[in-house]
Amino acid sequence: MSKIDYSERIPNNVGLSEDRRLQRALEGWQPKFARWWDELGPAGFSGNDVYLRTAIDTSSEGWTHFDYVKMPDYRWGIFLSAPKPDRRIGFGESAGRPVWQEVPGEFRSDLRRLIVVQGDTEPASVEQQRHLGHTAPSLYDLRNLFQINVEEGRHLWAMVYLLHAHFGRDGREEAEALLERHSGDPDNPRILNAFNEKTSDWLSFLAFTYFTDRDGKYQLGALAESAFDPLSRTCEFMLREEAHHMFVGATGMGRVAQRTCEVMVENDTDDVRPFGVVDLPTLQKYINFHYAVSLDLFGAEASTNGANFYTAGLKGRFDESAYDDDHVLTSTTFACTEVVDGALATVERPSLQVVNLQLRDSYSDDCEKGLRRWNRLIAEAGVDFELALPHPGFNRAVGVFAPHDITPDGRVVSRAAWEASCGEWLPTDDDRDYITSLMSPVYEPGRMAGWIAPPARGVNTRPVEYDYVRL
Amino acid sequence: MHTHRVSTAPTQPAGTEVYLDFFSDLRPWRHWTLRVDGSIATLLMYVQPDGGIFDGAELKLNSYDMGVELEFADAVRRIRFEHPEVGCVVIGSGYEGVFCAGANIRALAAATHAHKVNLCKFTNETRLELEEASAGSGLRFLAAVGGACSGGGYELALATDHILLVDDRNTAVSLPEVPLLGVLPGTGGLTRLTDKRHVRRDRADVFATRAEGLRGGVALEWGLVDELAPRTSFDEAVNARAAALTEHSRAAGAFVSDEPAMLEPLDISPTPDGSVIGEFVAMAPDRDRACAEVLISASAHPRWPLRAARELDALLCHLRFNEPELGTVVLLTDGSHASVTAHDRALREPANHAERETALLWRRTLSRLDLTARTLIAAVEPGSCFAGVLAEVALAADRTYLLDGEFVDERPDDAVGMAVRALRGPQSADAVLPTLAMTEISLGSMPMANGLTRLQSRLWGDDAAIAAARDTVGSALDAQAAAEAGLATATPDDLDWDDDLRLAVEERAAFSPDALTAMEANHRFCGPETMATKIFGRLSAWQNWIFIRPNATGPDGALTRYGTGTRPSYATDRV
Repeated sequence: MSKIDYSERIPNNVGLSEDRRLQRALEGWQPKFARWWDELGPAGFSGNDVYLRTAIDTSSEGWTHFDYVKMPDYRWGIFLSAPKPDRRIGFGESAGRPVWQEVPGEFRSDLRRLIVVQGDTEPASVEQQRHLGHTAPSLYDLRNLFQINVEEGRHLWAMVYLLHAHFGRDGREEAEALLERHSGDPDNPRILNAFNEKTSDWLSFLAFTYFTDRDGKYQLGALAESAFDPLSRTCEFMLREEAHHMFVGATGMGRVAQRTCEVMVENDTDDVRPFGVVDLPTLQKYINFHYAVSLDLFGAEASTNGANFYTAGLKGRFDESAYDDDHVLTSTTFACTEVVDGALATVERPSLQVVNLQLRDSYSDDCEKGLRRWNRLIAEAGVDFELALPHPGFNRAVGVFAPHDITPDGRVVSRAAWEASCGEWLPTDDDRDYITSLMSPVYEPGRMAGWIAPPARGVNTRPVEYDYVRL
Repeated sequence: MHTHRVSTAPTQPAGTEVYLDFFSDLRPWRHWTLRVDGSIATLLMYVQPDGGIFDGAELKLNSYDMGVELEFADAVRRIRFEHPEVGCVVIGSGYEGVFCAGANIRALAAATHAHKVNLCKFTNETRLELEEASAGSGLRFLAAVGGACSGGGYELALATDHILLVDDRNTAVSLPEVPLLGVLPGTGGLTRLTDKRHVRRDRADVFATRAEGLRGGVALEWGLVDELAPRTSFDEAVNARAAALTEHSRAAGAFVSDEPAMLEPLDISPTPDGSVIGEFVAMAPDRDRACAEVLISASAHPRWPLRAARELDALLCHLRFNEPELGTVVLLTDGSHASVTAHDRALREPANHAERETALLWRRTLSRLDLTARTLIAAVEPGSCFAGVLAEVALAADRTYLLDGEFVDERPDDAVGMAVRALRGPQSADAVLPTLAMTEISLGSMPMANGLTRLQSRLWGDDAAIAAARDTVGSALDAQAAAEAGLATATPDDLDWDDDLRLAVEERAAFSPDALTAMEANHRFCGPETMATKIFGRLSAWQNWIFIRPNATGPDGALTRYGTGTRPSYATDRV
């Protein structure tokens, strides 16, 4: 037998050192993961000390263990949140029965697919963000990028753990395939299209962490409701880390808006590009783009799979118990906005068939909160401008709106009219070139690039000017 | 009636009735695009989600219903007839990431049992036609599977000569019917896995119960596909493979300088009472007797073979889908023997593209007749021409009545067959004595699904009788001779004829249609099994049984529950 000290090298609370099956699986997979990280993880910086948080156990101190670490030496661990005694299935046809500790044979394939699709997004975003380190606006932001990257790596481990521990040989093969598909690889792309888009600049990165990682929050939240307890507990723990990613997006977008407002007020102008900051209309365009792409991740509003998963107890809604209904959904309807005869209209659909839409609606509500914060910040700076979420039908590639051309303010227009105006709603090549021109690295502790305000505070009570990455 | 997009009756528990038009030109197709580039035709499936024939059944992900299927059959036929230059047909998808998701489950669930069964049969006939076109016309088919390929989508691929699958670590081929829908891959899927592709049966078991299917490497290793290609070079691989397949195809073969045979519109509209009057084929419904009288009129004109086959073929489909209650088909012919046998050489030894395709169409149409779940009664009367290729019509029948002598008295208006004859007006006055006249066509040009001739099937197991009947080829057999050769079931004289025929038809209408369908199918396909008989007899019979079982179509059945988000509940006893 191998003499690896598993609990030291791979922090875990799943009894790895006694589990031969899991050891065998991870021994095969870990070197491949290391190679993948080397080839497709953050470019450069592998020899630098980064002030990172590592989860070493699930206690409140254990999961916020901060220290300098070189990223390749990061200890990716396997953690499930603490079991809830006598946890019961919260929805679907088996509601009220005890949750499952093993995969029921009849749901093997569906559960595996859910885990694979979720797992596929985790390394994908690391790949998408691979080159951002070279243009970081500050050491603080550089550190946050890497924190997100290593945690997405850990989320991959979490999904791989489930595949290894519960799905036998098929699971091992799927775990390998997670490292074989690559973001934007024309031959072996990632499963979901949003994860094949480029994240080539920091404004995209901040919007991505705000909008797309928030999709992750809602997907994980829905899976945390699962009757399959190991999946539920795994996602529960991942959600804690996901919160930080969204924090980076929420504060980051706010810092961009704040810096722009400062320049607008200082110079009493709307024409801020000469001053090297992101004009608010362009910020709005990035919001439009990333929100729409993220809505696509929820899938078609009416979905047979979504309904099947719900009934079977595999995937619920976000914070399922907060819904004031029967949690079976076979006898109620849900009001859906759709295009009927060329105009938006409300259509009642059986609730069960639009579980995806219900999840998406909670997501949209959550997205609004950030917008309100940013708008408060803009108003407090004395600038007359409001950021807004576009209509959910705007620029969609998936679901009922996909065949239609809908403006951000929710008007159904002709394809020609839409195309004539889309440069006002979505980043143009000129906009992207301008944003790219702002992307110069700032590596001096405490200093910020000119297009972003400093954060209100540093990481883990350290000051903003802390040496978060030792270059 | 002109369009195949039809209004539906309010949904009944028994399923929604739809009318399907087999007589009109379906072009422009809604769901398919065809591009012909030299010897390669590319037929792309591009199903319009809102173009389904059942209201509310949205055809997502290139899933098909009978409307899509009709267009596919039309496309294949047109490529065969109208594009002799084509050697390889690439079947692909107009959608990124999806090849074909198979039959649309909501449409299937909404359909009547009869529609399900007929859809399944029609689809199987078209899949078999791909293989027949490959064997008979030298036309090669390439499935370019660039995206998700499940259920009937994979069964479509299975019917081609070569399956090329994109290898992107994600795209899979699958047969999810058993695990997801509680039914079978009934469009030849199970049969072709083992009998055509020789997939090991234990692996077939794993594959057909694995809803998510298998991806590239394993699919190739197990023989589920023939070739893999990465996404970025997929189109190149398709082109290269299509070019290679063309080398041994008809485009490189026999009739190099052939003219296309254009398929003119049939332009037949059933009358309000349901009569169908084509140029050469007519049908009159006798609803009191649950009987369709079908009259095939012969002509020596060169256009007859193609036109008559197309009309008969369309009529058979029309009867299957739109006239489910006409349980018996009485087959009549009209014309001189010479006007039929004039076409013998072209049908037996085709000398150009048009003749070959026409001969193969007759073969398929006669096969469609064999596979039609109606009692078939051939009535050989004076003035009829059951000769040459039409002798096969008499041999296809479950019973063959041959009049002994001629009619002396005027026949009553309500005699069997009079209604359809009335549609054609007065018949030739100098009607010759009724005879049955096999030609060499009956010795192998038009085999049945079981691989036998209709003569062999009729006299199966009696080699002496078969040999003796073969010796009558070329002569016209009157009632006595036909009876001696074993080719006439009954030979009433004019005094008995009308009553015997009427009683046979009325008796038939009183029997259980289910028992009749099953009995006739058992009797028609004697002798050896082929892939076709297994598909139509074994796979389809099991499938049709499953379709009526509560586990599939009961209120809690898998097919009923599919798409509702509620799970099926099965009775667990094995039957």
